[in-house]
Amino acid sequence: MLFLVSVTPALAEEVSLHGFAQGNYAGRITGEELPGPEGGDFLLGEERFQIKLSGASEGSRFFLKSDFFRDAVFRKTETDLREAYLDYGGGFFDLRLGRQIITWGVGDLLFINDIFPKDYAAFFSGRPLEYLKIGSDAAKVDLFSNVVSAELVVIPFFQSDTLPAPERFFLFDPFPGLPRTAEEPRAEFENTELALRLYRSLFGFDTAVYAYKGFFRTSGMRPDSPLAPSRVNLFFPRLAVYGASGQGNALGGVTGLEAAYYDSLDDRSGRDPSIPNSMAKYLAGYQRQLLSDLTAGIQYYGEYLLDHGSYRETLPAGFPAQDRLRQLLTLRLTQFFRYQTLRLSLFAFYSPTDEDYYFIPEVRYSFTDALWGAVGANVFGGSKKTAPFGQLDKNDNVYVTTRYEF
Amino acid sequence: MKTIRDFRAIFLLVLSAAGLPDGAQATDAADIVRKSQAAFFEAGKDLQARIKMTLTTRDGQRRLRDLTMLRKNGPAGEQKYFIYFHGPADVAGTTFMVYKYPNRDDDRWLFIPAINLVNRIAARDSRSSFVGSDFTYEDVSGRDIVADTHTLLKEDQVDGRKVYLVESKPNRPAEYARKRAWIDQTTFLPLKEEYDDIQGALYKVFTADEIKEIQDLPTVMKRTMADVKTGHKTEVVFERVQYNVGIGDDLFSERYLRRPPEKWIK
Repeated sequence: MLFLVSVTPALAEEVSLHGFAQGNYAGRITGEELPGPEGGDFLLGEERFQIKLSGASEGSRFFLKSDFFRDAVFRKTETDLREAYLDYGGGFFDLRLGRQIITWGVGDLLFINDIFPKDYAAFFSGRPLEYLKIGSDAAKVDLFSNVVSAELVVIPFFQSDTLPAPERFFLFDPFPGLPRTAEEPRAEFENTELALRLYRSLFGFDTAVYAYKGFFRTSGMRPDSPLAPSRVNLFFPRLAVYGASGQGNALGGVTGLEAAYYDSLDDRSGRDPSIPNSMAKYLAGYQRQLLSDLTAGIQYYGEYLLDHGSYRETLPAGFPAQDRLRQLLTLRLTQFFRYQTLRLSLFAFYSPTDEDYYFIPEVRYSFTDALWGAVGANVFGGSKKTAPFGQLDKNDNVYVTTRYEF
Repeated sequence: MKTIRDFRAIFLLVLSAAGLPDGAQATDAADIVRKSQAAFFEAGKDLQARIKMTLTTRDGQRRLRDLTMLRKNGPAGEQKYFIYFHGPADVAGTTFMVYKYPNRDDDRWLFIPAINLVNRIAARDSRSSFVGSDFTYEDVSGRDIVADTHTLLKEDQVDGRKVYLVESKPNRPAEYARKRAWIDQTTFLPLKEEYDDIQGALYKVFTADEIKEIQDLPTVMKRTMADVKTGHKTEVVFERVQYNVGIGDDLFSERYLRRPPEKWIK
């Protein structure tokens, strides 16, 4: 960070400053209130100010994006350094050093080869989409050629996903009330994560293959004693991912396919119930313009758990079991009105195997070029209170966002 | 290419000489439209322009779109477009790329900087508004010539300039049912266009408000599309137009979508 600041003035020929001021509020509409000081009806109540500072000179560039916010639910004022990086490059390679957001794959809100950190708590509580992604402190090298291009990401500092926490969300908890200690992979050479993407255009399709070696970003849970647990240890098992994707025009719309094999390195036999088994994940998506300013997108997603037999054998009694095949369907509808100043949208997840769903309807209006507002809802439900979306049933919320950009 | 066209001319001559239904006039009209598209959408080997769009509602509320457009012509009518948005603030830094093919769906990509995402966009939206303006994607990059049947109605004058008045009717249902274009006989630029809807009522009017020669190529520097029904209009001003600047093919790639080249987008 200091390095960034000190090198900046010398580099920059032209500096630009942008940002926004934003109000973002979300309230539970189920009438349920969590106990504790942070509980109550509100999931989110914050004012946020963001600055984006960038500058460029021959062959290099810096970018800084930082948020300052006041969170009324947690009663704290904080800074969140969203991104801060330096770019070098030109010719056959580019280099990006620092905190950066990386997005891979062709899924729409479904991530298979995008193994970079995400903030699901932000997403479920009605923050704008960009807050679903968390920056990685990484070095990224891009190599370009006519045959194939490569993107190699080296991440020395592990960053976990942010999941809904029991202080703010009603959740299924297999170990209710027990204290937890989290053990993140330390910044050591052998824990350095590596992610590689090779890509090129093939028959008009954007195709890519991916490889990753690192860790699951969602922790495993291991109680100190299986029979009378007094403490739960959260840890991040090792993971390798190998996958591919393709996206292009077909059938009068845009068609995408993506798949990956998740190799659970610390539990290849599938006999450790606290570590996810190896899995095959895949999706097929199709989006098309139905009418002027009306677009629809559908996706089918599957997650096939390997060694399901061993998993069922070793899963302690009373724990909810994951299906051998988890399936999800998604639908996205987007309609613009009034010269694209008014946008109605719906994103829906439905899982026939978990029997749960998650709907996000939203209305967004641009009052002027600088000011927009959105009202939307996060609606969860399902027949199983242990399923991914079903467990969030009591957290249905309505959110309001207004943003002034400059 | 020339031989084929010559051959067709002879073929048509033979047809009309034989007293068969005369297709010659329609072909002339299509030829005028072809020349007009070449002058309007394909001038030069490539183009770099800073473009300011002003969208005005009936009550006078204004919105601005500030962008840089890079365009490069390819073989056989193919084109590549690269658009960088300077403003408004909520889309600043967004890039948009199109590979345009004659007679098949375009490839379109959009880069959203906030989540560093490159995404394909469904392309069959020739009727859709370009960034909320009165211009459709087709109005920005051209419509397939064979999608319409063209007829030369008459020769006319607009502001003292000799023009062809060409009528184009879509062969398949489209946004408009009929379009009339007043095309300059010298420059082949459209000076005015009127669009009728399916009920036969006029709903959209295009005007070329200012034409300048840039590097000897007549260029529409200011144009307006007005929606007669809603009272909404979009005025587009081209600033700093340059032809044949030597844009490399590699610019139209994922690399530069994600990291727009400073040199080109200013």
